[in-house]
Amino acid sequence: MYFITYLISGIGLGSVYALIALGYTMVYGIAKMLNFAHGDIIMIGAYVAFFALSRFNVPAYLAVLLSVVVCIALGITIEKLAYKPLRKAASLSVLITAIGVSYFLENGAQLLWTSSPKMFSSIIKSGALELFDGQLSISYITLLTIATCILIMIALTYFINNTKTGSAMRACSEDKGAASLMGINVNRTISITFAIGSGLAAVAAVLLASTYPSVYPTMGSMPGIKAFTAAVFGGVGSIPGALLGGLLLGVIETLAKGYISTQLSDAIVFAVLIIVLLLKPTGILGKKKSEKV
Amino acid sequence: MANIKDKIKNIYKKKNSGVMSYTIVIGLYLVMEILMKTGNLTNLIKSLLVPCVCYIIVAVALNLCVGLSGELSLGHAGFMSIGAFTSVVVSGTLEEVITNDILRLVIAVIAAALVASIIGYLVSIPVLKLEGDYLAIVTLAFGQIIKSIIGNIYLGIDEKGFQFSFIEDTTKISENGKMLISGPTGATGISRISTFTAAVVLCIIALIIVYHLINSKDGRAIMAARDNRIASLSVGINVTRTKTLAFVMSVMLAGAAGAIYGLNYSSISPAKFDFNQSILILVYVVLGGLGNINGTIIAATLLYILPEMLRSLADYRMLIYALILIVIMLVTNNDKLKNRINELLRRKKKHE
Repeated sequence: MYFITYLISGIGLGSVYALIALGYTMVYGIAKMLNFAHGDIIMIGAYVAFFALSRFNVPAYLAVLLSVVVCIALGITIEKLAYKPLRKAASLSVLITAIGVSYFLENGAQLLWTSSPKMFSSIIKSGALELFDGQLSISYITLLTIATCILIMIALTYFINNTKTGSAMRACSEDKGAASLMGINVNRTISITFAIGSGLAAVAAVLLASTYPSVYPTMGSMPGIKAFTAAVFGGVGSIPGALLGGLLLGVIETLAKGYISTQLSDAIVFAVLIIVLLLKPTGILGKKKSEKV
Repeated sequence: MANIKDKIKNIYKKKNSGVMSYTIVIGLYLVMEILMKTGNLTNLIKSLLVPCVCYIIVAVALNLCVGLSGELSLGHAGFMSIGAFTSVVVSGTLEEVITNDILRLVIAVIAAALVASIIGYLVSIPVLKLEGDYLAIVTLAFGQIIKSIIGNIYLGIDEKGFQFSFIEDTTKISENGKMLISGPTGATGISRISTFTAAVVLCIIALIIVYHLINSKDGRAIMAARDNRIASLSVGINVTRTKTLAFVMSVMLAGAAGAIYGLNYSSISPAKFDFNQSILILVYVVLGGLGNINGTIIAATLLYILPEMLRSLADYRMLIYALILIVIMLVTNNDKLKNRINELLRRKKKHE
């Protein structure tokens, strides 16, 4: 029974990673850049939800909505100000800029809200679903996290495959030049991608803060790195890959914590990542590009 | 007289001779020493000297990996950490055997460089099979693993010899013994034997090694493999070997710098060498210019000192640091601005 409990909480954690990883993977697929500031957007989303809930006592769904709106606005602004002028620059320059944005957000948050952690009250009532005479208990927030992740995945897959904007995004990720010749507004498409990624980050933020109830300026960096790892794990640029990578990472982390050692869980997660990449250098669902000479 | 002048000019003009780099480092060293002797340095600046030189060395080492060999590494802080903790263990163990500080420091640095390069070689076997962003993420992962592992080592020494345990502290050190590494707390009670002069000497040695490599056959092979892998394969360059060479050299220097860094403090914790630290070093390299050693030295010095200089701005300093980073990147990548500057330079040349 312990195993199943660990497994389910691992899937819960993995769902959060998957939501964050989607942001990384979509942006990477289209803009070909690693958005290091993505983890800090999670942090901003968590703060917005925190203030909405505790200071202004708005209902939970409104708090989530507010958080999503703020994060989308933030994501688009960052893209316009910091990344758009560097579209043709070397990838390392863009990476450093993203790091700069990440520092900026973290230190800005520290100035505004101090570095002391704030208690986040869960968006749904705490408690757990008891099964098999109480042998197996699953907290409501884990159930909500898994359900949200499934819903978002279905909606996103539909959006990418069946809408005009979705196919524009796919076209841009394949060939920007050809896409713009077909009359696709490449800049607008990239902005939309950032908006979606940031919105998902806000949802992940609320779920993360409800599971681990404290909000602080650097809270986004570790989940950010883990989600980035998840994206690579599943094959960067692939949406089902992000889901698979996130879930696997969450499950491995929870099982390692439960059965081996809490302190070493991070090391184990990264060791598994290295092994996977050695066996399959482009990630589990990544496409292998043939090299042209 | 004019002959000598021309000769000196030629030495400076010769590409990759490294004279400029040596001049910068020795110049900085002399200025700092004179200021120190005349009592013009605040304690804050004095405490920054050794770490600053260490970061210069690690940045130059990383430039060998990222700039010269084209392999993006996000895990160099991990190798710095290996160097730091190796040197602390070696120096702590030999404290009673070798009483001469300088000799002990030299042994500790050499041991650190050796351990770092052995681990670096083992890491490079799987890592260098990957390319681009995947290589970056795997080095990141190794950095995290190194941090986790060192944070769980408990190592002590007493009359019975070394006592070692992992994850939980089960070492029972007698009163006469001492703990060398104690898990997440790291190492404490280190005898601080690093000096500014030692750091500068190591920096010069590092520069000699790097320039020697750049100007050698291997160095040209490394750059050829970076510029075009397939073309270099076709002319018989063993790309894996050259990349391994650059990576191991780079990691070795990072380990040696870590040793000086570790022995400069009375206590260090493994959490200090985290992902952010690796990123910080990468920022020095990118802002200094990929493959540009002089640029790296200047960028590392300025950017290491900058947050300290901004200390008067208190809480705003990291915010301003972040803004400066973004603005530098936006300005240096702005084509319009670049053309304008080039035009100005051209006009100036015409006037001359």
